[in-house]
Amino acid sequence: MMSEDKLLEIKDLTVEYRTVDGVVHAVTDLNISIGKGQTLGLVGETGAGKTTTVKSIMRILPDPPAKIVSGEILFEGEDLLKKPESHMREIRGEKISMIFQDPMTSLNPTIPVLDQISEAIVLHNKITKQEAEQRAGDMLELVGIRRERGSDYPHQFSGGMKQRVVIAMALACNPQLLIADEPTTALDVTIQAQVLELMKEIIRTRDTSVIMITHDLGIVAEICDYVAIMYAGEVVEYGTLRQVFENPKHPYTVGLFGCIPDLYAEDDALIPIKGLMPDPVNLPEGCRFHPRCNQVCEKCSRERPHMVEIEPGHFVNCHLMVPETEQGGEQDV
Amino acid sequence: MSEKLIEVNNLKKYFKTKNGLLHAVDDVSFHIDKGETLGLVGESGCGKSTLGRAIIRLSDPTAGEVIFHGQDITKLSAREMMKIRQNMQIVFQDPYASLDGRKNLFESIAEPLKVQKVFSNNADLEKKVFELMDTVGLARRLANTYPHELDGGRRQRVGVARALALNPEFMVLDEPVSALDVSIQAQIINLLEELQDKLGLTYLFISHDLSVVKHISDRIAVMYLGKMVELTDYKTIFNDPLHPYTQALLSAIPVPRLDVKRERIILQGDVPSPVNPKPGCRFAGRCMFCQDRCREEEPELKEYSPGHFAACHRAMELKESGGKAE
Ligand SMILES: Nc1ncnc2c1ncn2[C@@H]1O[C@H](COP(=O)(O)OP(=O)(O)OP(=O)(O)O)[C@@H](O)[C@H]1O
Ligand SMILES: Nc1ncnc2c1ncn2[C@@H]1O[C@H](COP(=O)(O)OP(=O)(O)OP(=O)(O)O)[C@@H](O)[C@H]1O
Ligand code: SF4
Ligand SMILES: [Mg+2]
Ligand SMILES: [Mg+2]
Repeated sequence: MMSEDKLLEIKDLTVEYRTVDGVVHAVTDLNISIGKGQTLGLVGETGAGKTTTVKSIMRILPDPPAKIVSGEILFEGEDLLKKPESHMREIRGEKISMIFQDPMTSLNPTIPVLDQISEAIVLHNKITKQEAEQRAGDMLELVGIRRERGSDYPHQFSGGMKQRVVIAMALACNPQLLIADEPTTALDVTIQAQVLELMKEIIRTRDTSVIMITHDLGIVAEICDYVAIMYAGEVVEYGTLRQVFENPKHPYTVGLFGCIPDLYAEDDALIPIKGLMPDPVNLPEGCRFHPRCNQVCEKCSRERPHMVEIEPGHFVNCHLMVPETEQGGEQDV
Repeated sequence: MSEKLIEVNNLKKYFKTKNGLLHAVDDVSFHIDKGETLGLVGESGCGKSTLGRAIIRLSDPTAGEVIFHGQDITKLSAREMMKIRQNMQIVFQDPYASLDGRKNLFESIAEPLKVQKVFSNNADLEKKVFELMDTVGLARRLANTYPHELDGGRRQRVGVARALALNPEFMVLDEPVSALDVSIQAQIINLLEELQDKLGLTYLFISHDLSVVKHISDRIAVMYLGKMVELTDYKTIFNDPLHPYTQALLSAIPVPRLDVKRERIILQGDVPSPVNPKPGCRFAGRCMFCQDRCREEEPELKEYSPGHFAACHRAMELKESGGKAE
C-alpha cells in the first residue's frame, strides 16, 4: 500500500473515544493511501469508523472524548498529526476540504451563498473581494447554479442545490484532496445522479484526489478507483475497484455483496450476514468479524489476523488468506 | 384467478397550507391482489406515505374510495373502522419514533392485544407475545429491554411483531428497511418474505430503493408529485419502462457491478412544488420528451399492454420507437 507519489498516506492510525461508558475503539491500526487524482471509496456500515478516520485527517475530532492514540497521517510527506493548529487552519479548505452529508453543516443560514464562497476564497488567497466574488460566481456556475442566485440564502435552495453549493465552496480553493462524507445519502436518486455526475466531471478535469465515504457499493462502482472496506474500526479489505468487486475475498466483503439485491439478476436471493455489529467498547477477541463469519475457524477467535497481500495491491485482513509470495504455482523463479 | 383484496378509486389527499392547496395524492387508482406485494416507489415528497396512510385511514382521504373486502372503508364510522383496522397494519421507517420509550419490548408487543382486549387472561397474552417474538426472531430474553437498548434491526422486528399481533391480512410497510444497515436490511427483508409466505399477507411496500423494491414486489407503482405515473409487474418496469420519469429514475440507480454499462438520463432541475400544481403533466418541466400538449393537458393513466399502465401522452410513441423519440 506504500509508494512514493502518494498524496496522502495513513499509517497505523488508532483512534479512541474515551467516554464514561468505556473506551470506544473507533479506528484501529488503519493503513490507507491515496495517489494524486485518485478516488478512494471508504465503505462500511454504521459505526465502522469512516467519519472518525477522515476527521482525523482534518484534525477536527472532538477532543475530548477523541484521542489519537498512535499513527501518522502523511500529507505530501508531512505528518499532519504533528502540525500546529495554526498551520492546520491553512491546510483546511485550501489543500484539503470536506463535504458532509448534511449540507447545512457547512453553510451559514444567515449569509447569502455567494458571500460564503467568496469569504472562503479570500481567506486562503491574496486577492481582492471583487476577484473573489467573480470566482465564487464561476464556481456556482460550475455546479450548475446560476450566478444571480448567489444572493439567495441557503434555505431558498433545495437539498440537492444546497449540496452543490457546498461542493462549489469545497472546490473554490482548488484543494488537492476532497473528502466527501456520504455527500448524496440525503438526496433523491435523480438528484444524487446530478451530484455524482458533477463530482466525476470535477475529478476528471481538475485532477483532485477524493476520499468518498459511502455505504452504497453502487456509488463506489461508479466513481472510485480504489476501495477500502471497513468493519468495526479496521480496514478488512483494500484494493483496486476491480480487485474488490470482481474478486472479493474477506468474508465480510463477500457477505456485503450477498446482502444487496441485484437489479440485473433473475435470482436475487439475499444471504444476510448473521448477527449484529459488535459493541465498539467491547470488541470480540481475535478477528472482530469472527462471531458473524460463516468461515470462522478456531484460530479466528484467538488471534488477530493481519493484512495479507493476496495479489499485487490487493490486501485482505483474514486468517484464511495465503500471501501471494507463498502461493504455489504461478510464480516466476 | 387472483382476488382483489384492496381497490383504490380516485383517491385524493390534499393539505391546506398557507400558500395554497397541497396535492399530496392526486386522483390515484389501483388495486392490490390478495397475497401480493405491490411496491410503491418515487422520490421524497411524492406522496407515498400519504397514500399508504390514507389507504388504511390513518388519515381521512379528501376524496375517493378504498374498497376492502367489498366495503368502502372511507365511509365507515370510527367505531366500525376500529374493527377493520385490526386487519390493516402499518410498519414505519423509524421504529424508534413509533415505539413508546417507556414500554419495554414485551409491553410494546402486548399493547395492541390489550387495546383490542383479545385475551381475558394474562397467561394467554404472555403466550401470544412470546410466540410473536419467536416469529420475528427476537430472543425471549430480550422481553424486558427498552427501545433505546435495542439496535435498529431489533427495533424494526418489534415494529413488525406489533403489526402482526392482531393477525392482519394487509400491511403497509413504509420504508421498513431504509434506516437499517445493509447486513441488517437483508435480515428484515427475508423475514418479511417468510412471514408473507407463512401467513398469506398482502403488502404495500413503500421505498425509494428500487433494488429492494424489485426484489420484494410482484408489481411496482411509480409515483411523481402526487400522481401514479406507471404501474406494471416488477420485470416489465425494469425491462420496458414506458414513462420518461420511470426511465430516468431507473437509469439513476448506482449499480454495484462493473459489467453493467448503462446510459444515464440526467434530469435537469428539481421536483416542483405540489402546492397548486400547474395544469398538464406534472413531469413536463423536467421531461426531455415534453411537447406543447404536455403542458396543457394532464395525461391519464392508461393501459398500454395487459397490466401495464402509464400516464404519458407520448408513451405509445416512445414504446414503438424504443424510447428514442426526437
Ligand atoms: N463523539 C463521540 N463520542 C463517543 N463515541 C463516538 C463519538 N463519535 C463516534 N463515536 C463512536 O465511534 C465509532 C465510529 O464512529 P464513526 O462515526 O467514525 O463511524 P462511521 O463509520 O462514520 O458510521 P456512520 O456510517 O454511522 O456515519 C462508533 O462506534 C461511534 O459510536
Ligand atoms: N400533515 C401534512 N400537512 C401538510 N403537508 C403534508 C402533510 N403530510 C405530508 N405533507 C406533504 O405532502 C407531500 C407528500 O408527502 P409524503 O410524506 O406522503 O411523501 P413521501 O413520498 O412519503 O416522501 P418521503 O420519501 O420523503 O417519505 C409532501 O409535499 C409533504 O410535504
Ligand atoms: S406527458 Fe409529456 S411531459 Fe409528461 S412524461 Fe410524457 S412526454 Fe414527458
Ligand atoms: Mg459517518
Ligand atoms: Mg414517506
